[in-house]
This record gives sequence, C-alpha cells and structure tokens, in this order.
Amino acid sequence: MEGSLTAIGAALTVIGAGLGIGWIGGKAMDAIARQPEAASMIQTSMIIAAALIEGATLFAIVVVLITA
Amino acid sequence: MLSATNKIVKISCFCLAVLVSLFTVRAEGADSQNSDTHNEAGHEEEFVANDFILDHIRDAHEWHLWTNAHGHHVSVPLPVILYSKNKGFHVFMSFKLAHGHEYRGFELKSTGDYAGKIVEVDGHGEIRGIPLDFSLTKNVAGMLVVVIVMFLVFIRMGNMYRGDPNHIPKGLFGFIEILIIFIRDQVAIPNIGEEKYARFMPYLLTIFFFILINNIFGLIPFFPFGANVTGNIAVTLVLASFTLIITGISGTKDYWKHMIAAPGVPLWLSPIIMPIEITGMFVRPFALMIRLFANITAGHIIVISLVSLIFIFKSLSVAPITVLLVLFMDFLELLVAFLQAYVFTLLSALFIGLAAKEHHH
Repeated sequence: MEGSLTAIGAALTVIGAGLGIGWIGGKAMDAIARQPEAASMIQTSMIIAAALIEGATLFAIVVVLITA
Repeated sequence: MLSATNKIVKISCFCLAVLVSLFTVRAEGADSQNSDTHNEAGHEEEFVANDFILDHIRDAHEWHLWTNAHGHHVSVPLPVILYSKNKGFHVFMSFKLAHGHEYRGFELKSTGDYAGKIVEVDGHGEIRGIPLDFSLTKNVAGMLVVVIVMFLVFIRMGNMYRGDPNHIPKGLFGFIEILIIFIRDQVAIPNIGEEKYARFMPYLLTIFFFILINNIFGLIPFFPFGANVTGNIAVTLVLASFTLIITGISGTKDYWKHMIAAPGVPLWLSPIIMPIEITGMFVRPFALMIRLFANITAGHIIVISLVSLIFIFKSLSVAPITVLLVLFMDFLELLVAFLQAYVFTLLSALFIGLAAKEHHH
C-alpha cells in the first residue's frame, strides 16, 4: 500500500483540532443557553479561542507543506 | 476642504495612470517561471494539479494574466532589481529572463537547487553566486496596490475628520469608522490600558487594515487583485517581527525584571525561568506569523483545488458542484480574512499590553 506518513499526520492533527473546537463550541452553547444576555460576549470569546486552536493545528499543516 | 480631497484624488489618479502605462501588458511568449513544458500551437499539455496550485500560491517575477489559445502567456511584466557583489546594480524587465534565457549574466533557474531563483552565471553556464534580489515581484506589486488603496481611503478619511471632529461618515467610510472604533474600544483599550493605548493605535490600525485588505484582495481572482500576499511567509515574518520589535521597545523596566524572576519567585529558580521567558518572547510572534500564513495559504489551496477538479475530471458536468463548493469556501475565506486580521491585531495588542503594563507594587 502506498501513501505518505505526513498525510496521516495531518489527518490526526485535524482530529485534534476538530475535537478542541467542537468542545469549545459545545461549552459556548451551554453558556449561551444559561444566560442569553451574554451571548455576544461568549460568541466573541469562542471565536478567539477557535482561532488560537486553529493556529496550533496549522503548525502541522506547515510541517506537511515543508516535507511534501 | 473639498478642493483638498479633489486634489488628492487627482494626484492618485495621475500616479495610477503613470504606473499603468509603465507596466502595459505584454502578450509575448513570456512563459511563466515554473512551467517547463513547451507549448506548440494546438498541442495539449497534461494538467498537473500540483503545479497549477503552486503556481498560483507562489511569488513570480511577472504578473500572469491569462494564457491565450496559442499557448502564449499574457502577463504584466515587472522589473527585476538585482544587486550582485561582482557586477553592482542591475534593473531590467523580467521578460528578458523568460524561457530560461541568460541576460547580462543572470539566469532564472526553474529546476535544480536554485529553482525559482535568479542566479549569476558566467560564460559557460556555471553558477557563480546568488545576487541580492530586490525585484518588484508579483507580491510586492500586490502590496503596492493595497498601499495605494489604503492611502486613497485613509488620507481622505483623515481630512474629513480634521475640519469637523463630529463628522458623520457615509457609506464605506462609515463601515471603516465602525472597524476603527471597534479596534480602539474592544482591542486596544482593554489590552493596553487607558493611558498608553493612543501611542499604539496607529500601529494596530495599520496592521489590521493591511492584513484585512490583503486577505480580501487575495481572494479576488483577476488583475490587479489576486496576489497571494499574506500567504507569503516572508510578509507575515516581517509583520510578526514588527510586533516583536514594538513589544520590545515598549517594555517597561518591570517587564524585563519579571523575565529574570517575577516578584514572589525565589532567585534560584531564575536560570530555569529566564530561558522559558526569552523563548516565549520569540515564540509568540512566531505563532502569529505561522497562523496568518497557514490560514490564508490553506484557504487559497482549497479554492484552487476545487476549481482544478474540473480539469482533473476533464468534464464540464463537475462545474455546478464546484461552483457551489467554491462559493461556500469563498464565504468561509471572507470570514477567515476578517478573523485572522482581528486575531493578529488582538494578540499584538495583548503582547504590547503585557510589556507596557505598569506594575504597582
């Protein structure tokens, strides 16, 4: 079977990112459900945290781009 | 006041006209740098998706517009500016180096160790050295387009507020005022503090709008937009190093003292803490650089890959699906454009605020 280990590594990293951002999204929805008035502040914090997690994921993409 | 904006608009139009006439389109057989397949008339070449994608991501010495039916590439030529230790300064148009021709002792290599770079060759084709390359490449020209747009918009806006501080802006200027107030109230003041934020507002506003406008222009596929500027790691490296330098300059004495040991931490822990703090000082802008570069490049690669699906399957019936997917991805890319500009500015403000904070012991 032919393939590339970097591709498998990238896929694993995406699993990590998906879990992380999904967790944040879920907690944000819980928080908004508890207190709908704070919805916009919670949404802003959620987007910032998602962008930071994505930054960590993209280290992996850069490694893929370098080695492939 | 009206005559001042008129003058600015007229001067800008004149400058644009001069630039356009300098770089008039050439429709010669000026091949793009990375294709080494020969285009004979009527001969179809194999579509290699990898090369197609990388061509659109990479920087180039000419701005490729389109390829007409005979395989000729129509492009806007850009000047090549080289400084070589042996030969001094050289400025010439990039189409002189097309097709791997050698000109004035310089050659643009498309394969091998120096692929994509201009090298100095002597009479037998042996590589003598690499000159310093200050050329106006496609990314630099894209940046200049954005700079011209920013001058046109923001100088005009500044003049509008100079006469009347309570001026009510209309249209595009209203939208920009919302963004500026957002950066001031939600990004600068909470992170840097009431007393010091005004010093850093010019820098934060500049990088926010520069990154935002470059991201958006990178998504538009036709000339003069569509240069992948923020997806070039050299550009993001410079932006991140600006943040690093400004954070370092604005550091108070307390900030540097805390690198050795924060108050309450015993001094014998300092050999462990200081390397961590110093690496942290460099790693944070490094993460800024990687985040912006990878987000924008990944978005462009996805859009170009979806479009090249049509060419891989060689059938037009894939087109409706592709167009819908590309439309969706472009909306996502628009969100990413705003988000990445905001996150870059927010984190820069955060780092500057951490450095410039007055500690009251």
